Amino acid sequence: MSKITIPLGPQHPALKEPENFMLVLEGEQISGATVNLGYNHRGMEKAAEERTYIQDLYLLERVCGICSHSHTTCYITNVEELAKCETPKRALAIRTLVAELERVHSHLLWLGVAGYEMGFETLFMYTWRDREQVLDCLELISGNRVHYSINTIGGVRRDITAEQKAEVLKRIDYLAERTSYYIKLATEEATVLARTQNVGKLPYDVAIERGAIGPTARASGVARDVRKDEPYLLYSELDFKLITADSCDVFGRLVVRALELVESYKMIRQVLNNLPEGPIAVKVPMRIPAGEAVNRYEAPRGEDIHYLKSNGTDKPERVKVRAPTLANLQSVAYMLEGGWLADVPLVIAAIDPCMSCTDRAVVWDPKKGRKQTYGWEDLRKLAIEQYRRRGVDFTRL
Amino acid sequence: MKTFDKLVTWSLLKSPWILHFNSGACNGCDIEIVDALTPKYDVERFGMVLKATPRHADILVVSGPVTRQQAKRLKTIYDQMPDPKFVMAVGACGCSGGVFNGCYGVIPGIDKTLPVSVYIPGCPVRPEAIIDGVVKLIRSVEGKK
Ligand code: SF4
Repeated sequence: MSKITIPLGPQHPALKEPENFMLVLEGEQISGATVNLGYNHRGMEKAAEERTYIQDLYLLERVCGICSHSHTTCYITNVEELAKCETPKRALAIRTLVAELERVHSHLLWLGVAGYEMGFETLFMYTWRDREQVLDCLELISGNRVHYSINTIGGVRRDITAEQKAEVLKRIDYLAERTSYYIKLATEEATVLARTQNVGKLPYDVAIERGAIGPTARASGVARDVRKDEPYLLYSELDFKLITADSCDVFGRLVVRALELVESYKMIRQVLNNLPEGPIAVKVPMRIPAGEAVNRYEAPRGEDIHYLKSNGTDKPERVKVRAPTLANLQSVAYMLEGGWLADVPLVIAAIDPCMSCTDRAVVWDPKKGRKQTYGWEDLRKLAIEQYRRRGVDFTRL
Repeated sequence: MKTFDKLVTWSLLKSPWILHFNSGACNGCDIEIVDALTPKYDVERFGMVLKATPRHADILVVSGPVTRQQAKRLKTIYDQMPDPKFVMAVGACGCSGGVFNGCYGVIPGIDKTLPVSVYIPGCPVRPEAIIDGVVKLIRSVEGKK
């Protein structure tokens, strides 16, 4: 059969965001897929260099509207590390709380989108209705539904009152009840099973080889989660399970996310019931001492990495963001190959792509003359060294 | 012809079909647009239905500051829509570039690329604001009738 190539996107009903997939088809079957990016490229990293640290907080929040707290928290951890500031514990607790609320909202949103792509619109309407409860919680705590802006350099902007706590806990109880229904639905509904099992396979080895992260990796049996591997905020003190599945398909990704919701509810309750006392922010000078910092953060879609270089002024010299979707895109290309055209939207949706996060990457040439080359081995050694200094040892893996 | 025009306006007012286009938004506005379609806000009660192709749409709902990559695609999509057509600019960055003003990858403001009928401010816009914008658009078309 002759091969034909069809473009999917940048504007396509199955895609909520601009991206483009070139699919090589043999009949109904996909024999090759490439991903084209850049439709969403705005140039934010460059813009970040022209604004002050506090302005960048609001700019980087808008890297993505779904995981906005992830980006700001990761960025601010860098800033605070360079400024050597002791962030109060209460502020860290509030950040953790918002982070988990964000995960709940993002996973519920995903569940709805996956339902929609399966053709299960009722599920979409249900989960999005329930998602409003989380958005109400976030609005209660921060004053905003989407870009919460709870972070500020040195702490958080707003404190949590006893009434807010009670209200959030009430809504979490309701959501926990609804989630048990969704878990039942995801694991027992015949149509859901038929649409998701054995679709978009990503075996364990391939997931490792292609560097999959987040729920996509965890659904292929890779136990990878920054919250466990290198705990930040208050995660080392919280009791939660790392959820994995070994079915390596869309079904696994569905189950992982649904069960992670339950873990998030657990964490939200723990944080709210043990809120440390004390101030919510400390003062940090406008000028940040020169230096470099890198931090990782487990965003709802996977590991988010921020790099920051400061030159001692009130503006950063370089900000670099590696958003989770970029790491997962290579896996998508693998998942699509050999599959059927009709499954494409679902497979793409299953990694929960977020192009607004991803499309900031530009190819960048190191300055001539001062070029330093690292081989794969050198890079690995460097990474191991750096992490050992921080107390994480990978050599035993 | 007059009767036909009347028919077109009548159907537009009764059931405006929308197409959503993301021209480089941060997703914040996009999820709020979808939110407006779901049970809590439910703009479908005004007969609004989200359509998949520009050829069926009456209103183009654009979010985002228009990236250079997307500008010509946005124009193509607008050209594919049948008359009468309207453009709704959603969000601060759709109205004027918002926080992305000054980024090298954007042409700030949708009105630099397309004629815009309704501007909805907010970063992100609240679903109530979207509903308000829709109602104002319908009213203004009604007024012209
Ligand atoms: S207006 Fe704000 S929330 Fe909306 S797309 Fe632009 S940056 Fe995002």
